[in-house]
Amino acid sequence: MSEYLVQFNNISKFFGKVIALKDVTMKLKKGEIMCLLGDNGAGKSTLIKTLAGVHKPDEGEIIFEDKKIIFDSPRDALDIGIGTVYQDLALVSLMSVTRNFFMGREPQKGLPLLKTFDIEKANKIAAERMGQIGIDVRDPSQAVGTMSGGERQCLAISRAIYFGAKVLVLDEPTSALGVHQASMVLKYIVKAASQGLAVILITHNVHHAYPVGNSFTVLNRGKSMGTFQKKDISREKLLGMMAGGEELDKLEVELKEMDRIANH
Amino acid sequence: MSVKSQSIQSKKETGKDERLKKISPLRVLLNRPELGALGGAILVFIFFGIVAGDTGMFSAYGTLNFLDVSANLGIIAIAAAMLMIGGEFDLSIGSMIGFAGICIAIPAIYWGWPLWTSIIFAFAMAVLIGYFNGIMVVKSGLPSFIVTLAMLFILRGATLAITRLITGRTQVPGLRVLIEDDPIAWLFATDTFQWLFTWLGSMKLIELRTDGTPLATGIPPSVIWFIALTLFATWILMKTRYGNWIFASGGDKVGATNVGVPVGRVKISLFIGTAVASTIFACIQVLDAGSADTMRGTLKELEAIAAAVVGGCLLTGGYGSAIGAALGAIIFGTVSMGIFYTDVDTDWFKVFLGAMMLIAVVFNNYIRKKVTETK
Repeated sequence: MSEYLVQFNNISKFFGKVIALKDVTMKLKKGEIMCLLGDNGAGKSTLIKTLAGVHKPDEGEIIFEDKKIIFDSPRDALDIGIGTVYQDLALVSLMSVTRNFFMGREPQKGLPLLKTFDIEKANKIAAERMGQIGIDVRDPSQAVGTMSGGERQCLAISRAIYFGAKVLVLDEPTSALGVHQASMVLKYIVKAASQGLAVILITHNVHHAYPVGNSFTVLNRGKSMGTFQKKDISREKLLGMMAGGEELDKLEVELKEMDRIANH
Repeated sequence: MSVKSQSIQSKKETGKDERLKKISPLRVLLNRPELGALGGAILVFIFFGIVAGDTGMFSAYGTLNFLDVSANLGIIAIAAAMLMIGGEFDLSIGSMIGFAGICIAIPAIYWGWPLWTSIIFAFAMAVLIGYFNGIMVVKSGLPSFIVTLAMLFILRGATLAITRLITGRTQVPGLRVLIEDDPIAWLFATDTFQWLFTWLGSMKLIELRTDGTPLATGIPPSVIWFIALTLFATWILMKTRYGNWIFASGGDKVGATNVGVPVGRVKISLFIGTAVASTIFACIQVLDAGSADTMRGTLKELEAIAAAVVGGCLLTGGYGSAIGAALGAIIFGTVSMGIFYTDVDTDWFKVFLGAMMLIAVVFNNYIRKKVTETK
């Protein structure tokens, strides 16, 4: 048994002549939060879709619990325990919390052919699960549309965990959120990891990633610039490694210059 | 600093108050899609109660009359509502009614099939056509509006062409004699609770004909079908996994697919549902009239959609109810019959239908905003 829960070895993906990913390697332990950083167009989305079974890698291998895995569909990835929460969250805002939580996997009761959706049980589980993350759903039949962005994100994550995710892939979970909401989601992600899940957190916001991540993989133009443990790298250095870091450096110098002039 | 924390605290407190308000019974009622239709139906009954209360509209015979019209529309409106909740339209409902009519009549009259086999044949054709509509929409990704509009023309044209080719006419009469002793036809042609009406008549509680039999002979089959379908559809939508899939498919196709809902299969089955409901409608009408007509069901698809919309279905899918559609059908049925009992020219009915729909859509949009309001 290797110490890693899941390994992505030398993954490459080509779309025609375009090299979307080249030799990307990532390894995750249980309870680890790995942040996948990169600017727009760095290949983050392609990598996630490869993990989630949407794309098949053209080169390289995915090893899950010491077994080589080939996904034919997103369903396969879900079945072995890779739960992906996309940016659109797969939530229907007109439907209730419960109906969203169990969408596609409704608990049933009753005789064959007359099976009914066990709403009482579903309501109870949904309220319980939301309660665990500190969201007080007084009425699980309320529409998801009434929830805040952070609460919706937490609902989607909670759902993925409830349905057996061992590896949680989160696509920009904080990008659309304010500071308060984002910290609520990040707190929940840390909690999930502490219960033994491996988390891949995709983001372009170093300030959200750095406090919660254990390791950081930086993607740039389809290539991995390496994986770094938190102790080996500073926030500033990470920022610098992402494309645009130089620009921000320049901006900082300019701002300092303006500051100096203003103070004189 | 202390000022800031105070303001946060007060925010939290008001947040709690809002939540308390949200779960009030009124709020729960407001969140039901059929609320508008229920209000509308009550208003309609109050109106006719006042205007036409003493005209015989609400006698046993009059009541059954407007219930029969409502029920016929309701049968297709419920199926249309389920399809709309699933995110699609079916404009071929009316043409399907005409087509199903001749599918029953031609084999029975011209080919000598027993009536029950031609009824089964009509339902089999409905499943095929519904499946075709569904697979076209799902596989091509075209809007169902276009696909079923095409089917509207194809079916109506085929109905006319085939009927004229085989019979040389556009009507096929002579079915009434075949109903008796048929093992299936009674399902669509029997008035139920006749004993009750006979008894009521003998007690002189309801109006009698000159020969002493009651004017209203029993509950028409359409009403029984209508009630059964309303209950069945409501059970499916509210109580089954498949119902949840219908809401999910209409609410967010991509999201539903991502979490494993078989969106394509759900939509195809709903298209089969509207075609089958049209065939039930056709069976009842053809057996009641004793003849099939190629023009039967014209414009019924629009009335069905109107009833569904008045009943609270959103045109964008993902929201609505079968009971709402049933109430919508009752509103239209009651007004279309009730207008005869008033002094108002019946030409105004369509004006009412259109105005009612507009009001319903505006009201529904407002409700949807309320439901999905972010805190």
